[in-house]
Amino acid sequence: MTFRFKTFGAAALLASSLHALPAFAETTLNVVMQAPLRTLDPILSTAQIVRTHGFMVFDTLLGMDAKYNPQPQMADYTVSADKLTYTLTLRDGLKWHDGTPVKAEDCVASIKRWGANDGAARTMMAHVASIEATSDTVLVIKLAKPFGQVLELLAKPSPVPPFMMPKRLAETPAGKQVTEMVGSGPFRFVAEQYRPGDQAVYVKNKDYKPRSEPMSWTAGGKTVNVDKVVWKAMPDMQTSINALQSGDVDLIEQVTIDLLPLLKANDEIKTGAINALGSQVTGRFNHRLPPFDNPKVRQGAMYALDQDQLMQTAIGDSQYYKLCASVYGCDVPLASDAGSEYLKGSAKERMAKAKELLKASGYDGTPVLMMQPTDLTILSTQPIVAAERLREAGFKVDVASMDWATLQSRKNGWQPVAQGGWNMFFTYWGVSGIWNPTVHAMLDASGADTAWSGWPKSARVEELRTAYLTASTLDEQKKIAREIQQIAYDEGFYFNAGEFQSVAAWNAKLKNLRPGPITLFWGVSK
Amino acid sequence: MASYFLRRLAMAIPVMFFVALFVFLLLRLTPGDPAQAIAGDQATPAQLAAIRENLGLDKPIASQFVAWITNMAAGDFGSSLISQRPVLEMIGQRIGPTLALAVMAMIFTVVISLPLGVLAAWRHGGMVDRFVMALSVVGFSVPIFVIGYVLIAVFAVNLKWFPVQGYKPLAEGFGPFFHRIVMPGLALSFFYIALVSRMTRASMLEVLREDYVRTARAKGLGERIVLFRHALRNAAIPILTVVGTGFAMMVSGVVVTETVFNIPGLGRLVVDGVLARDYPLIQAIILLTAGTYVLINLLIDLSYALTDPRIRYQ
Repeated sequence: MTFRFKTFGAAALLASSLHALPAFAETTLNVVMQAPLRTLDPILSTAQIVRTHGFMVFDTLLGMDAKYNPQPQMADYTVSADKLTYTLTLRDGLKWHDGTPVKAEDCVASIKRWGANDGAARTMMAHVASIEATSDTVLVIKLAKPFGQVLELLAKPSPVPPFMMPKRLAETPAGKQVTEMVGSGPFRFVAEQYRPGDQAVYVKNKDYKPRSEPMSWTAGGKTVNVDKVVWKAMPDMQTSINALQSGDVDLIEQVTIDLLPLLKANDEIKTGAINALGSQVTGRFNHRLPPFDNPKVRQGAMYALDQDQLMQTAIGDSQYYKLCASVYGCDVPLASDAGSEYLKGSAKERMAKAKELLKASGYDGTPVLMMQPTDLTILSTQPIVAAERLREAGFKVDVASMDWATLQSRKNGWQPVAQGGWNMFFTYWGVSGIWNPTVHAMLDASGADTAWSGWPKSARVEELRTAYLTASTLDEQKKIAREIQQIAYDEGFYFNAGEFQSVAAWNAKLKNLRPGPITLFWGVSK
Repeated sequence: MASYFLRRLAMAIPVMFFVALFVFLLLRLTPGDPAQAIAGDQATPAQLAAIRENLGLDKPIASQFVAWITNMAAGDFGSSLISQRPVLEMIGQRIGPTLALAVMAMIFTVVISLPLGVLAAWRHGGMVDRFVMALSVVGFSVPIFVIGYVLIAVFAVNLKWFPVQGYKPLAEGFGPFFHRIVMPGLALSFFYIALVSRMTRASMLEVLREDYVRTARAKGLGERIVLFRHALRNAAIPILTVVGTGFAMMVSGVVVTETVFNIPGLGRLVVDGVLARDYPLIQAIILLTAGTYVLINLLIDLSYALTDPRIRYQ
């Protein structure tokens, strides 16, 4: 019996290993991404996974380097002395994946589609007088009024970068997905092998000509050193780790922190941060509904909540999170300590202040409905901890458990709680999507229905955000950003619950895996 | 027989219609927004409204239902709201691994549980019977993911006989296919081995007390012939029922096994569809599952005639 079992095992192994021999030496990078890829249009979606997919297939006119400076990528640029005319000249040899040349008119159509979908881009387009292709390789953006962020927005890596696509695709109406993946980026998308939510396959674009400058984030030369990249969705983290340890997978983009000790004992596996920017956890108040329609009540809640407690329960290991006051991210040029008085002192001291403020606010005991997503590990604990702190301060709190999809939908409405409304929830934002007042949707203080959920209102913040658009120096920008941050704290726009760092794990055989605002697959070799 | 078959098929039409109506309404009553799943968390209300309009989700529910049911009657199950791909194409990509897994698990179930059940009944009250019953309690009690992880730890991580995860279609060769489907099939079959072996034992115990079994033994027939030709054949109807419904349950309930072993099957597709509120995809998969149940029940009924000559369908 034993003999037969061993023979069977050996035969099965032999059969599979014979089959596994490749016809030629092809370098394939097998990767487990942080989320499954279910949609493909990187202009319509703000999801991180779709953005990373976008950078594989599409290219941008400008790239952002590691010092947050816009740099030429598909195009070189000049700016007129009055800063109202931006001329972009496409570099030689750019081709779409269908073999046709990239033309300026394609880029004009792409910028217009991006301008209709992205929030910050819409702000820019409101300042634009015209965008025209003056030849096959030159496009000109003329502004009707000064706007200091044109280059920054054309280079921004998040949340919706201005990816260039052929005119026929870029003319797809806003609201309709582009499903044909023809870009000019360093990888081609293999549509036949795409299984939505399970697998996406990219092959090296042999026609791609990288820039000569060294790679730096999304700027510089995007040199591809592997033949193929396969993204696999693995909903179970333990399965992903088993696959990494057995060599089935080369990289896991985001490992849950509590499983890291399993990998650290293995010399063939490396762990670390490949996403250079962390993610900020935010507790958003609904300014339209009681009790958080009262700024004094919001201030009480701000003092009651505690960054360290929230991060401890969600992340645990303090080496993977940071605590700072900056609403723009802890390590970005605009970071400051404005409003840090709301975070200083021990949890006990701050609770005493919270009780005092709540008492003075005239809070009438209206229950706070806190939404808790149960299917998103990173956000499932904060509502529980926050609810306890708020109760201790004197709030009545109901925690409503739901799945993430329900929460996302419910947060868009402002009807009373009894009719399906809400008072507070937690989410998180990649720092690359909040690093200045123009892109930071939580700082939109228009209070308009079209603003992101929460609807804070402050005329002064709106004035400052407008002033930021024309600020010409970094010092001037910092001054404006600091004032906005202080008001955001005083008015309780949201509670900044700290910044966590996602941790990746990869096979030690991988070389040149460089940090970036997204996971970068150019430069890597195996 | 043919008229019975056609009559049963005709009866399936109203069943499927009510399943379709129920699923459609249930999904529309579930909170959530496919537009949000497409645009992501940071999308603005304007973006979401544009997507909803484009997908036709802003139209009245009644007109959405009429459009869907009319298209479906013409064989068009629609496209996924999220990926924009035809749902039948998406199901086609995923049904192979699920069927392979279910068939493998069913082979393990039948090959292991029938002899175990017969042996337990034959040696009723003895050590073998107690062992089989204890084994079935374990099979019922231990969750599939625990069995899966134990199998992976022992046979993939330590002994390295099998890969830790993944699936290869049969088209890539029987060796790689079999190598990757054995462990998930075994993990999935544990529960059904417990179920079918208990059912076989109970059914056999009843039959073994019948006069014709005593007569067969009195005629001097060997125990093997008595057990497998006389007793098991007469005990087969409840066993066939359990095996048949068990197969349908496997096809519709393999999500945990698919997740633990990373098999890109129908179970994971439906979970993805639910999380993203991908209405056409969920509707199509549930209708397909309901159709599978109807068909398997019909096949079970027809198979009774093969095992029991007294049963005839008019």
